[in-house]
Amino acid sequence: MQTKRSTYQNRWLPYCLLAPQLIITLVFFIWPASQAVKSSFERTDAFGFKTTFVGLSNYARILSDPSYLNALGRTAIFAVSVTVLSMGLALLLAVCVNRVLRSAKFYTTLLVWPYAVAPVVAGVLWWFLFNPTIGLLPHVLDWFDINWNHRVSGSQAMILITIAAAWKQISYNFLFFLAGLQSVPKSLIEAAAIDGATPFKRFWSIVFPLLSPTTFFLLIININYVMFDTFGVIDATTGGGPGQATMTLVYKVYTDGVAGLNIGSSSAQSVLLMGIVILLTFIQFRYVERRVNY
Amino acid sequence: MASITLEGIKKTYAGGVQAVKGIDLAIEDGEFVVLVGPSGCGKSTLLRMVAGLETISEGTLKIGDRVVNKLEPAERDIAMVFQNYALYPHMTVYNNLAYGLKNRGFKKPAIEERVRKAAKMLEIEEYLQRKPRNLSGGQRQRVAMGRALVREPAAFLFDEPLSNLDAKLRVQMRVEIKQLQRRLKTTSLYVTHDQLEAMTLGDRLVVLNAGKIEQVGTPMEIFNRPASMFVAGFIGSPAMNMLPVEYLATRSADNLLDDLPAGTDIVGIRPDDMHLSAPSAPHLVVDSTLELFEAAGAESHLYVRLAGSEQPTVIRTGGGEPPVNEGETLRFYIARSALHPFNRESGQRTG
Amino acid sequence: MVENRPFLNILTHAVLILGVLVVAFPVYVAFIASTHEPGAFVRGVLPLTPGDNLWDTYSQMLGSGWQVAGAPPLWLMLSNSTIMALTIAIGKIAISILSAFAIVYFRFRFRLLAFWIIFITLMLPVEVRIIPTYAVVANLGMLNSYAGLTLPLIASATATFLFRQFFMTVPEELMEASRVDGAGPMKFFKDILLPVSITNIAALFVIMFIYGWVQYLWPLLVTTDEDFYTVVLGIKRLMASSDRVPAWNLIMATVMLAMVPPVMVVLLMQKLFVKGLTETEK
Repeated sequence: MQTKRSTYQNRWLPYCLLAPQLIITLVFFIWPASQAVKSSFERTDAFGFKTTFVGLSNYARILSDPSYLNALGRTAIFAVSVTVLSMGLALLLAVCVNRVLRSAKFYTTLLVWPYAVAPVVAGVLWWFLFNPTIGLLPHVLDWFDINWNHRVSGSQAMILITIAAAWKQISYNFLFFLAGLQSVPKSLIEAAAIDGATPFKRFWSIVFPLLSPTTFFLLIININYVMFDTFGVIDATTGGGPGQATMTLVYKVYTDGVAGLNIGSSSAQSVLLMGIVILLTFIQFRYVERRVNY
Repeated sequence: MASITLEGIKKTYAGGVQAVKGIDLAIEDGEFVVLVGPSGCGKSTLLRMVAGLETISEGTLKIGDRVVNKLEPAERDIAMVFQNYALYPHMTVYNNLAYGLKNRGFKKPAIEERVRKAAKMLEIEEYLQRKPRNLSGGQRQRVAMGRALVREPAAFLFDEPLSNLDAKLRVQMRVEIKQLQRRLKTTSLYVTHDQLEAMTLGDRLVVLNAGKIEQVGTPMEIFNRPASMFVAGFIGSPAMNMLPVEYLATRSADNLLDDLPAGTDIVGIRPDDMHLSAPSAPHLVVDSTLELFEAAGAESHLYVRLAGSEQPTVIRTGGGEPPVNEGETLRFYIARSALHPFNRESGQRTG
Repeated sequence: MVENRPFLNILTHAVLILGVLVVAFPVYVAFIASTHEPGAFVRGVLPLTPGDNLWDTYSQMLGSGWQVAGAPPLWLMLSNSTIMALTIAIGKIAISILSAFAIVYFRFRFRLLAFWIIFITLMLPVEVRIIPTYAVVANLGMLNSYAGLTLPLIASATATFLFRQFFMTVPEELMEASRVDGAGPMKFFKDILLPVSITNIAALFVIMFIYGWVQYLWPLLVTTDEDFYTVVLGIKRLMASSDRVPAWNLIMATVMLAMVPPVMVVLLMQKLFVKGLTETEK
């Protein structure tokens, strides 16, 4: 890894400069993570007196536990729906903003602020709108003979958290799509126009392929977001229910570990989650490397 | 004021690459020495070792009587002008000039006085309160000079300071640097890859190639008697033509070439030493085909191919009109005295 | 655009206006709810026009809080949120800029190791290490403290990488010139590098402030004492009691107040925000 061409010679200074970050990292990141790995191989008895090494049995148990596999499936459905919904809408809005030159900044301002809304707050907002007793949307849905009650219907609960999570993420995706669109060379579009391509054709044959790096990058980021940052959305709206209909992997770590006090299982789940993050990070970095080599 | 002495200076990088392969050089007090060579020849590395920005792998570096190998740049009593000027972007011109003095514990009035003096000398007084981004390239260059000047150091180090300027400004600044150095008589070491800059600025030139000194001398010594084929090709523009002796021998009826020093198998001829009319002195006669005529105003370049060898060769003349049409035969003459004898294998001058 | 198609232009604006309205709608409804009296919600569907209780609702929440639900006054939660967001933002920037400085401007043993240790934090978001981190914080006696709230969130590989990347683009000669000018490493850092990095610092600050403000899971774990509730956490606590007393106006007022500071930061510093967002995620 690079440094500057000429560097300072001090012996101790660099260690002092690194110390704050390294100490915090070791105490609050590395140490807890290794504890998680350690206790994922252990079982503690009900009174917390005795801890025994149990090998991979925690993993074996959760991987054969229907409720864990259920959470895995729910997380996948949730991730795909949120990603598709928020990226689709964001792309549509970005394309539109990219078309209107003069008012682009105005629309951008009005579209980016949800980024700053906490996931819990996003959850509360939509939960309020969908509230079966006083919410606005169930009333509207009633006209179409749809009976909305996400406290009873698992799929409706999933729709609710998907909308809330996607709503918050649109602004992020929008900004990156807009940046991607703005970096498409104007000359390419003009060349295509001279070749007689209609605006829609130009978009699909020229602009969209050029956006593919952005799209891929956002895909990874969105999956990451849905997996880890939507805890607040779920906790504010469905609490993982009804039944286990909206139980995601992170939410399950929390309920098993904090509410259920099943440290062994919760740790094993944490370790599996770390595996997923490492995989996502790896894909992301491979991709960044490739992008650099263009 | 001080002399700078380099004894066996070497630079070896971590990977074992040797950038500077043993340099001995004595720069006298008040002298203006230019290090010149192609990119990658080690000239910048050498300058940066003198500055203290690169460690010296081997050898001794003295500024004045002090061995400064281990000293920090700030302790070497030098000032440096960088290629990209390296002005502190967030400071005004005044503070850019004052920063080094402040760090050395100068008092406010003393700083003020020195900055004013340097600013006056460089005619940048009216920009003192501006930030570098609000200055033109030439003005930035002056500020960079000013930052070196205020310090009144024992030596100035210049790292290609003019290469970011456009052609016209470059000539102007070149003249000013020369005048300034004459006036201040501060020992100066100047790095450039531009042979014209080197010729016009330096009291003495050091031609470097592949980490070694090819030749040291005054500009005219080097121009008139290049010590190697490398120097011959590097100094002077258009570059010196190199013609094999065996080819020339077939072109000259007399035994003009017989007295070339032993070992000579190639000779160099400057483009302006090839004449279109026969000189009175003993000379060679060569026929060629004119391929391209290039009028450059005060001078013209004739690109020719030599008869019987096809070697491309450049001739410089003063005329603005082609002597013959392109494609036609052109005869030219070379005085015997204008030949620079070299040995191809060693690359060295033979006499 | 290459050509002018009036229909397409109208459609574009229609889509955008619709988009803006849909994005804003939930917040509008929440705001309306916060302006009504509690009684307005018993009658069934929520009104869509503002009520006249705005002042009462907000002054009650900010001043005394909502005693029945056991929530502290909002100003306390807001100041907790501010402290937490500021500490996290400033802390992250401070430790990251120092370590990036060390990694870029020094060559020393274990440099790569240090880099990798920092890199690993990328792979350990707080969500995956909740329980053991909680245990560490509890053992250190930092539950219900600002230190416990902020320290475990403060190490940031992204910020370190951002600064590293930026430092690599700072011309080498600036550091060399300052060395010739007699400045040592810390003087160079303070006099030259910090001022030159100021836009990057500001952009990062905006992002990290928001990051700190919206934290939920971690405060939920480490704060049981309501004196340390952040406003985001407070909303959830209010909702927990809402089944008994559906004081929607009070909850929505809290929601509004929880949104205002970070949203204002984004709107007022949009340029820095966009810069920070696009550069930290590279």
